[in-house]
Amino acid sequence: MSGLTVENLVVEVNGQPAVRGVSFELDSGGRTGLIGESGCGKSLTALALMGLLPHGVTASGSVLLDGRNLLDLSDKEMCRVRGNSLAMVFQEPMTALNPMMRVGKQIAESLRMHRGMDRAAAGRRAVELLDRVRLPEPEQTARKYPHQLSGGQRQRVVLAIALACDPVVLVADEPTTALDVTVQAQMLRLMDELVREEGASLLLITHDLPVVASVCEEVLVMYGGTIVETGLVREVFDAPRHHYTAGLLASTALDSVDGSGRLATIPGRVPSLGQFPDGCVYRNRCPRADEVCVATPLLSGDEPSLTGDLAVSQIGRRAFACHHPLHDDRVGA
Amino acid sequence: MKGGTDRVAGSDEVTGPDRTSGTPILEGVDLVREYRMPRRSLREPGAVVRALDGVSIAIEEGETFGIVGESGSGKSTLSRILMALDQPTEGTVRYAGRQVSGTRERRLRFLRRDVQMILQDPMSSLNPRMRVGRLISEPLSALGIDCDHRDRVGELLNAVGLSDDVVDRYPHQFSGGQRQRIAIARALAPGPRVIVADEPVSALDVSVRAQILNLLTDLAEQFRLTLVMVSHDLSVVRYLCDRIAVMHQGRIVETGDTEQIYSDPQQAYTRKLLAAVPTLEGDLLNRYARSDA
Ligand SMILES: Nc1ncnc2c1ncn2[C@@H]1O[C@H](COP(=O)(O)OP(=O)(O)OP(=O)(O)O)[C@@H](O)[C@H]1O
Ligand SMILES: Nc1ncnc2c1ncn2[C@@H]1O[C@H](COP(=O)(O)OP(=O)(O)O)[C@@H](O)[C@H]1O
Ligand code: SF4
Ligand SMILES: [Mg+2]
Ligand SMILES: [Mg+2]
Repeated sequence: MSGLTVENLVVEVNGQPAVRGVSFELDSGGRTGLIGESGCGKSLTALALMGLLPHGVTASGSVLLDGRNLLDLSDKEMCRVRGNSLAMVFQEPMTALNPMMRVGKQIAESLRMHRGMDRAAAGRRAVELLDRVRLPEPEQTARKYPHQLSGGQRQRVVLAIALACDPVVLVADEPTTALDVTVQAQMLRLMDELVREEGASLLLITHDLPVVASVCEEVLVMYGGTIVETGLVREVFDAPRHHYTAGLLASTALDSVDGSGRLATIPGRVPSLGQFPDGCVYRNRCPRADEVCVATPLLSGDEPSLTGDLAVSQIGRRAFACHHPLHDDRVGA
Repeated sequence: MKGGTDRVAGSDEVTGPDRTSGTPILEGVDLVREYRMPRRSLREPGAVVRALDGVSIAIEEGETFGIVGESGSGKSTLSRILMALDQPTEGTVRYAGRQVSGTRERRLRFLRRDVQMILQDPMSSLNPRMRVGRLISEPLSALGIDCDHRDRVGELLNAVGLSDDVVDRYPHQFSGGQRQRIAIARALAPGPRVIVADEPVSALDVSVRAQILNLLTDLAEQFRLTLVMVSHDLSVVRYLCDRIAVMHQGRIVETGDTEQIYSDPQQAYTRKLLAAVPTLEGDLLNRYARSDA
């Protein structure tokens, strides 16, 4: 069953395409990772889904939820969707919290606005939600201001606010990047449980591949505003077909070094907006690039029926956009 | 403030530092650091937080030493005190056998030259209004080091993998990884013997993180540096460090050989910390659930 379907999403910054025709589906109860280095378009994709793009940045294509294209909705309608169906957790919890308001009140306000609860009921529900995200002494915590909480506790308050609306889709953009490993593990477990229990879908954005391996079943690999590889985490991480995915995996593995004791790296760096090469976006950093890569590779799978640009219904299956895919030997094996 | 003779409760649980190779280059003995929180009302004085609660540590010349622990465990406080950028409430810090805690700043010139620091966010440690050339040569002028600054800057930029034509650019014109390279070049400028790096790769992409870790390894070897690495990323520390100290609530709960601690952690807290590290195998939620129980 489909929670949210994104088709051919294009996001433009001052007329420059930063996300260039991205399609994917988030299933109910599914956990999907969106990975890639900074500057690849992950956050813009997330903000486009949420209708929260900054001024001067526009989205086209479609983001379908319950048969409606969210990109066609007015600001007011979109605000209602955010309160009822979509929720987002950001990297820096302070941006999502009002520093002047007690955290319990912030959750209650959201419940009153979107759920029409009365003051007392909203207050009680706020405490329940704080308990739900495992904050100790939820009654006391509800009376605290954001600055009286640690970074990990604040992030849990943001998650509680996100959950207040029983979202169909939870988008988490680098939710644990600023947290230490123990708090990160708690947060990840919490998101995992909540998504399983509520049957919501999770889109988890990060550049930390082990985090994706821990929580997600499917993964989208993004580079230069396009999806270069997708499939089950297990398969993609086990045998990446796109050279960019392979590069990310190799530089993540700090437990393996080459003969001279050096870690694997991806040569060069992510180009700035508008500076990606035509043809394959990864062409100027790819060790396998040749003249064929001047032509844009399609995102397609191995099976003959899947060649040609992948229809949305087929995504979730394995696909990659490369003329010379890795692990070609494994095909059909 | 002085002293270092009072024993602090709990410090004897800690495995003593290995003293086989003579005088440690950097040594802290029974360090305590208390912070007083702002008062909550006229009558109620602020509570006292013990950020360090009896820490002893000995770092040998030439080794890479990791300090790990969760947020708030006292890692940064310890590293600042070891560099004499902050004073311990109790205890002593020695650099190559010379006491540096409680010593006046003007007598710490040698320390300011020999021990340099790299921070997590190079943007906040690099003055945005200074060009790269100035940024790197500034410590040379400040310390009155006599040499051809132009040549030295060129050398340093090459050492960190940047071309020397970037000297006229400003920090904001670089990517995060390049800014960290500039910060490293600046730290290397006075020819230090010790570099203390506080979360130097936490803000970087995995691909850039690997580049910077390779660079730090090369430089440590090339300049025979002692590297003290503060991090909550245990995979980074495992890759880089010979020995580590695990901190928890202002104390060192375990210290020793990195591989030994990773393969056979003695303390429950260390096990919990290690279990919380996500891996590509993706078994975090199971492992962590188990360590929680
Ligand atoms: N200036 C200060 N005033 C009051 N308390 C402080 C101050 N600096 C640090 N602390 C407290 O001392 C403890 C140790 O802080 P420290 O910065 O050393 O932690 P850390 O291990 O470096 O954490 P992180 O991984 O988050 O950087 C914390 O409880 C912190 O809140
Ligand atoms: N508000 C904005 N104005 C101008 N450029 C932007 C804006 N937001 C993002 N960009 C640019 O768009 C590209 C993709 O950004 P982003 O989605 O934030 O990447 P990621 O989240 O993958 O790091 C980058 O080149 C970034 O600099
Ligand atoms: S299409 Fe060519 S340049 Fe792109 S990833 Fe494949 S081999 Fe590399
Ligand atoms: Mg982002
Ligand atoms: Mg710190």
